Amino acid sequence: MNISLNWLSKYVDINIDEKELAHKLTMAGVAVEGIEAAQGDQVFELDLTPNRGDCLGLINIAREVAAITGEKLNIPLIDITENNEDIADYIDIEIADTDLCPRYAVRIIKNAELKPSPEWLQEALINSGIRPINNIVDITNYVMLETNQPLHAFDYDLLGDNKKILIRRATDGEKIITLDDNERNLDKDMLVITDGDKPIAIAGVMGGLNTEINDKTVNILIESANFSAISVRKTSKKVGLRSDASMRFEKGVDVNGVIYAANRASQLIQELAGGEVVGGVLDVYPKVLPNHHITLRIKKVNDLLGTNLSLDEIEKYLLNLNFKVERKGYNLFVEIPTYRPDLEIEVDLIEEIARLYGYENIAATLPQGTTSQGGLDEYQKYKKKVTAILSKYMYEVVNYSFINNHIYDKLLMPNDSDLRQVVKVANPLSEEQGVMRTLLLSGLLDNISKNLARQNNSLSFFEIGSVFMPKSEGLPIEILKIGGIVSGQGEINWLKHNVDYDFFYLKGILENLFFELGVSEYEFVAFNDVSYHPGRNAKILIKGQKLGVIGEVHPTVLENFDIKQKASAFELDLDALYKLTTTKARLETITKYPAVERDIAIIIAKDITATRIVNDIKGNGTSLLKDVIVFDIYTGEQVPDGYKSVALKLKFQATEKTLTEGEVNEIVKNILSSLNELGGKLR
Amino acid sequence: MLEKLELIKSKVEENLNNINSISNLNDLKVKLLGRKGEVTLLLRGLKDIPAEKRSEIGKIANEVKIELEKLFMEREENIKQKALDIRLKEEEIDVTLPGLPIPLGAKHPLTQMVDEIKDIFIGLGFTVAEGPEIELDYYNFEALNIPREHPARDMQDSFYISSDIVLRTHTSPVQVRTMEELAPSLPVKIIVPGKVYRRDDDATHSPMFHQVEGLLIDHNITFANLKGTLMLFAKKVFGNELEVRYRPSYFPFTEPSAEMDISCVNCKGVGCRVCSYTGWLEILGAGMVDPRVLKNGGYDPEKVSGFAFGMGVERIAMLKYGVNDLRLFFDNDKRFLSQF
Repeated sequence: MNISLNWLSKYVDINIDEKELAHKLTMAGVAVEGIEAAQGDQVFELDLTPNRGDCLGLINIAREVAAITGEKLNIPLIDITENNEDIADYIDIEIADTDLCPRYAVRIIKNAELKPSPEWLQEALINSGIRPINNIVDITNYVMLETNQPLHAFDYDLLGDNKKILIRRATDGEKIITLDDNERNLDKDMLVITDGDKPIAIAGVMGGLNTEINDKTVNILIESANFSAISVRKTSKKVGLRSDASMRFEKGVDVNGVIYAANRASQLIQELAGGEVVGGVLDVYPKVLPNHHITLRIKKVNDLLGTNLSLDEIEKYLLNLNFKVERKGYNLFVEIPTYRPDLEIEVDLIEEIARLYGYENIAATLPQGTTSQGGLDEYQKYKKKVTAILSKYMYEVVNYSFINNHIYDKLLMPNDSDLRQVVKVANPLSEEQGVMRTLLLSGLLDNISKNLARQNNSLSFFEIGSVFMPKSEGLPIEILKIGGIVSGQGEINWLKHNVDYDFFYLKGILENLFFELGVSEYEFVAFNDVSYHPGRNAKILIKGQKLGVIGEVHPTVLENFDIKQKASAFELDLDALYKLTTTKARLETITKYPAVERDIAIIIAKDITATRIVNDIKGNGTSLLKDVIVFDIYTGEQVPDGYKSVALKLKFQATEKTLTEGEVNEIVKNILSSLNELGGKLR
Repeated sequence: MLEKLELIKSKVEENLNNINSISNLNDLKVKLLGRKGEVTLLLRGLKDIPAEKRSEIGKIANEVKIELEKLFMEREENIKQKALDIRLKEEEIDVTLPGLPIPLGAKHPLTQMVDEIKDIFIGLGFTVAEGPEIELDYYNFEALNIPREHPARDMQDSFYISSDIVLRTHTSPVQVRTMEELAPSLPVKIIVPGKVYRRDDDATHSPMFHQVEGLLIDHNITFANLKGTLMLFAKKVFGNELEVRYRPSYFPFTEPSAEMDISCVNCKGVGCRVCSYTGWLEILGAGMVDPRVLKNGGYDPEKVSGFAFGMGVERIAMLKYGVNDLRLFFDNDKRFLSQF
């Protein structure tokens, strides 16, 4: 909100320059975001916190200035000459719904002269961002800016013959054309002002065109009322109309400020437009809201702030705010005016003390409480470790948790796939962010696609993030997953040491991860996940349980994501991995006796997997067999169709002695005879 | 005999330097000093020499033999050294050629920033707490003193799953969850990193972003403690020369509430585009835990007090790393990711 300093200074003496005032207001919680010079004036741009709706009225800002600077507050006195008529003879008011309208008051001015406002008034409005219209409308706006009480002026003569104001809920299908010349559809949740017959205003939002102040207006009815904040907010939102009035009612307007504003407007109209003010204010206010009281304990103030303020000092700040204060021993009994609805309980007053004392005057100390051991728990350490390991080889990405439901088609997922059971966002910003992800793969594919489009090469990414599975009741299930993707080749180099970022490269990263985490009981078993190449896809089993998949991404999927080269990806359930595999590192004895290595090459049927061969060898290798490494796979000449040649390096070692040739020969013989049963022949 | 030995020696001395391979050298050595070598055979003749002269001649002959052996040894070393020199010369490389490109990776800058923030507070005795990203309305709003009709709950601001389930709009719900779990034990001393969601998407707002929340509840926790703790934090992240100020602010779940500003990291407080010419940058919100929130968490506000704070990780990371566009964090361009 913009406020003019010249105008503000009508209500409080200002004896410091604008920069200092801006700083003081900011440091007391009324943030001044900017200062702009206007003709002979300074305009403050205020950024108000939502609890200080009262500061949308200049008099209330003046109260702040007075409290901060100790200067005198000058609230304009009301001086009206009323005629000897009774307003009750002119109009009748009925509130049908007092929950939504706690108070409704009117004043009537007869025979006013409609004309442009004087220059000072126009200027004040312009500097506050409001367009001058005519003296009557301008005065209602001026008083609103002054008091924070929205007012509305009706042309008295355009009210129907009932001469009655009835405030009621609209009926479904009812319509009104508002001042901005738009037809608005009303419904039963909206409050309207009627003339006992037709709607003449949407309560607290905007008046109707049918009773607008116009060239012919001479008799004016000024409305000064209070409407429920919630109701105005909902209505304003539903009709899509936010006005200076609705914005104020939404934040709460002082129900006890109604009469002052009505009188102030009448006074100004009398001054600037002539006319007679009809005697009396017609005020319907069935349930009076009294000021409430808060007991403020001096000890509590100092205990909470870490200060050592005296009773006198604390009392002074409250008196500067114009609050009535009564001493009760070391407590203060404070009367809270209704224009400060933000002050509900004791801590609210403690904040008042703190901000007027100045946050910058409170010391900065470290807590002296119970000592505590900070740190990560085991699972948090584990996650940190996983991130550290993967980030040695891959760049970590962060993708949005919401995705487009359409990606499941792009991933070739069948309609009955569990992963299509998604948590839907009820009010997404767009289809792109319509559902919560159940997998990381789509985000990773987007990352590859986008990076390739920007000619980035050697792509290797991972992400750690939650996926979401719906539950029939309560919160969805959140599972932390790790996903990785690689595509392309290692950076080109003159050594011609060119590594393909393919399935086995990715698998190598994963195996390194498992190795560093101490996970040994894992298995890669050929699998057929729809999103992956059917011949280049494995499920990842840990202790026999499927925790994830790895594979070369299906060519059609790649095409769907606009990726024109191969890519391989994995996705793994990190929560489950942690639960199944947390082990502490234990040192295995490092033997001083020499190892014996044997290389063997066997010819075996193609469909016998490497894991099966290695496991068979390990099963017969006794505890002396320390390692089996596949170092060559060959098909072609000298190997019959349907067969392959597998070369393996076996490493034997004992912890207690040097192995003899004979011992090793014996074991290798057993290994070979077992391989023989698998159909393998020594080459 | 001695003359013959001397002759062999002088011949060896004369020719040895022409021999350039170890094998030729060994051939000659065997020919002279081997079991059937000339020298060996000559020395065998010692036994035919009369005893009185034998010892003297023998001594000299032996000396000649040792000298010969020494000559061979020296020459051998010489040849090896030369061969090594040649090899080393041949093996010379252009050390300015680039090394093998070992694959690189890195943690996302937001992860690095969160780690840094976590480490600072862990050093102050905080533990890390986490909570669900999809949250009950109760924890996200109600328990934090944000009742049903509070404007902050407007559909404009929050993503809803259903009428009572939302994507959490801040990490604050974990405050209440943790209090419920720990009450009445003290202290509650946690930081809460995590993803949060708000219905905003423009140049300066991302619908998903990251926050770190902090909560300390104990006996006698004061606003002064809040100031001290957060000042220490800010200086650890942005450096000691940094200035810090606290302004009153408003959050439904803290009272008094404050916003912490730091002197602009770009202009050092002089005023520039980054700080909108104010010299200050707002970096976090904080306050004393509202007594109603303490009660909701199971603590008696008459017996304990606490402070809480929350910061946007992206904002801190942008200032710290000089990132000028929020969207870069979620763009995942390798050229961006590889700079951290």
